[in-house]
Amino acid sequence: MIPEFLDYAFMQRGLIAGAAIAIICSLMGTFLVLRRQSLFGDALSHMAFGGISVGLFTGIYPLWTAYAVSILGALGMTKLRKSTKISGDAAIAVLLVSGFGMGVLLISATGGFSIDLFSFLFGSILLISNTDTILVLIISAGLTISLVMLRKQLLHFTFDEEQARVSGLNVDRLNYVFVAIAGITVITSMRLVGILLISALIVLPNITSMLFGKGFKQTVTASISISVFSVIFGIILSYYFDLAPSGIIVMISVAILVGALAAKYFGIIGKSMPIQRAV
Amino acid sequence: MKALEVSDVSISYNGNLAIDKVNFDVNEGDLLGIVGPNGAGKTTLFRAILGMQNYTGTIRMFGLEGKKYHALLPLIGYVSQKVNFEQNFPATVSEVVAMGLLPEKILEKSQTILQKSGFNWNRVYKKINKNSDKILEALKAVNLESLKDARIGQLSGGQLQRVFIAKALVKDPILLILDEPVTGVDVETQTKFYNIIKKINDENKITMVWSSHDLEAIAKLANRVACMNRKMFFHGQKEEFFSNEDLLKTYTESAMQMHMHHH
Repeated sequence: MIPEFLDYAFMQRGLIAGAAIAIICSLMGTFLVLRRQSLFGDALSHMAFGGISVGLFTGIYPLWTAYAVSILGALGMTKLRKSTKISGDAAIAVLLVSGFGMGVLLISATGGFSIDLFSFLFGSILLISNTDTILVLIISAGLTISLVMLRKQLLHFTFDEEQARVSGLNVDRLNYVFVAIAGITVITSMRLVGILLISALIVLPNITSMLFGKGFKQTVTASISISVFSVIFGIILSYYFDLAPSGIIVMISVAILVGALAAKYFGIIGKSMPIQRAV
Repeated sequence: MKALEVSDVSISYNGNLAIDKVNFDVNEGDLLGIVGPNGAGKTTLFRAILGMQNYTGTIRMFGLEGKKYHALLPLIGYVSQKVNFEQNFPATVSEVVAMGLLPEKILEKSQTILQKSGFNWNRVYKKINKNSDKILEALKAVNLESLKDARIGQLSGGQLQRVFIAKALVKDPILLILDEPVTGVDVETQTKFYNIIKKINDENKITMVWSSHDLEAIAKLANRVACMNRKMFFHGQKEEFFSNEDLLKTYTESAMQMHMHHH
C-alpha cells in the first residue's frame, strides 16, 4: 500500500531532492567538521544571501548569483587567510557578516523582503519545481562523484596536512577545490533548510556518527543514513502536522544527537570510546 | 651508492642562521643517527630534505638533484616528532596506514628514474597485490596487526608512533626519516620501538635517518652518527664517534647547556 502523501507530486519531489541534499551535506560535512570548519557552511550560506540579493537587485536569476558570490567569496577568503594569517574562525566571521551585510543593503535598495527571499532564508523544499529537482539531482550526483574520487586525498589532507604535502599532494590546489565543492554543496542545499539552518545538516549527523563510528567508512555511512532519515522523516511529519519542514528536520537531527549522547553516557553504545573524547 | 648527500646546506630564519653549512651523507642501507640538543636544527634540516624549507647549498638523493630529486620526495617516509591530529578522528589504524599508499603509477615512474641512476630499489610490498594485504604487512612490521581495526584515538603514544611508521613503510620508502620518534614514552616501550627500527633496517633493508637524544640507543642501533648543533661537528662511523672522548664531552655539555637554557 502506498501512503497518501506520496500521491502528491510536490511530496515526491521534496523527498527525492531532500534525500539527495541530505547525502551531499553529510559527505561534505564530514570533512568540514574534522577540519574544525563546522561553521564554514554558515558563512557560505550567508554569502549566498548576499548573492541572492545581487540577483534580485540586478534581475539575474538569484541562484546563479548566489553560486557566483559564495564561491568567489570563499575562494577569496581562503587566499586571504593564507596570505594574511587571519585565523579560521575569524575568517568565517568576516565571510558571514560581509555576505549578510551586502544582502541587507541590496535588499533594502530593491524594495524590502519578499516571499521569495523568505523561502531562501527558511527553506522551501516542498515548493521545489520539476526542473529544480532535476538540477539538484544532477549537481548532487556530480558532487558525490567528485568527493568519492577525491576521498583518499581529502582524508589524508584532513588528517594531517603536512604529511599529505610530504607525500606529494598539491595541498593548496586541493584546498581550493574543496572550498569550491563546499560552496556548491551549500547553495544547492539552501532549498531544503534555508540559509539560516544549513549548518544543522552539515554538522549534526556527522558529530552523531562520530560518537560511535569506529572507522572513517563506518562514520560516513552512519552520517549519511542519519541525515537521509532525518530529512525524509522530517518532510513526512511536516506533511501530517502542517509544520515547516526545515525546523522539523533540524530538530529530528538534534534529537538523534541527544539520544546518541545519552546512549553513550549510559554505556549502551560505543563503550570503548570515552565520552569527553568523542565530541 | 649514496642515498642522500647534503652539501653546504645553510638555512636562515629572519636573518639568523638555523643551519650553518652542513655537510653529510647517507649510504644505501645505513641507519644514520643524528644527535644534537633541542633547537640544534634537526627538524629544520629534515624539512629542507623533504622540500618544505628553503635552503642554500645542494641536496642530492641517489645522485639526483633539482627536478628529478623533487620527483622522488613522495618516496621518503617521514615520521615527524609531533603529529597533530584530531584525537577524535574517526579512522581505524588500517585506514590511517592506507593514507600512506602511493598510486602504483607514481611508484613505477620513480622506479624507472631510480634504475637509470643505478639504484636498485628494494620494494618489499610490491609483490603484494591487494592494498589491504600491504597494510597488514606494514602493521606486522611494527607489531600492531592486532590493533588494525581499533580507532586511532584509543591508542597510546607509543602505539601511535608505530602506526605512523607503518604508514611511512607501506609506500616502500627509499629513505625513512624519523624525527625523535620516542619522546615521552616509557622505557619498555622505547626498547620495543628500537627493536622494530633495527628490524626494519636489517630485514626490509630500508635506509634510515633517525634523530634522537638517546645516545645509548644510537650506540646500539646506528652504524653511522652525525652530531650537530647548527653546524655539523662530526659525521662518520659510530665507533669513531663513541671512542672520541672530546666529542662526547662537547656533545654532553652542549646538550646540558641547552637543557639549562630551556628551564
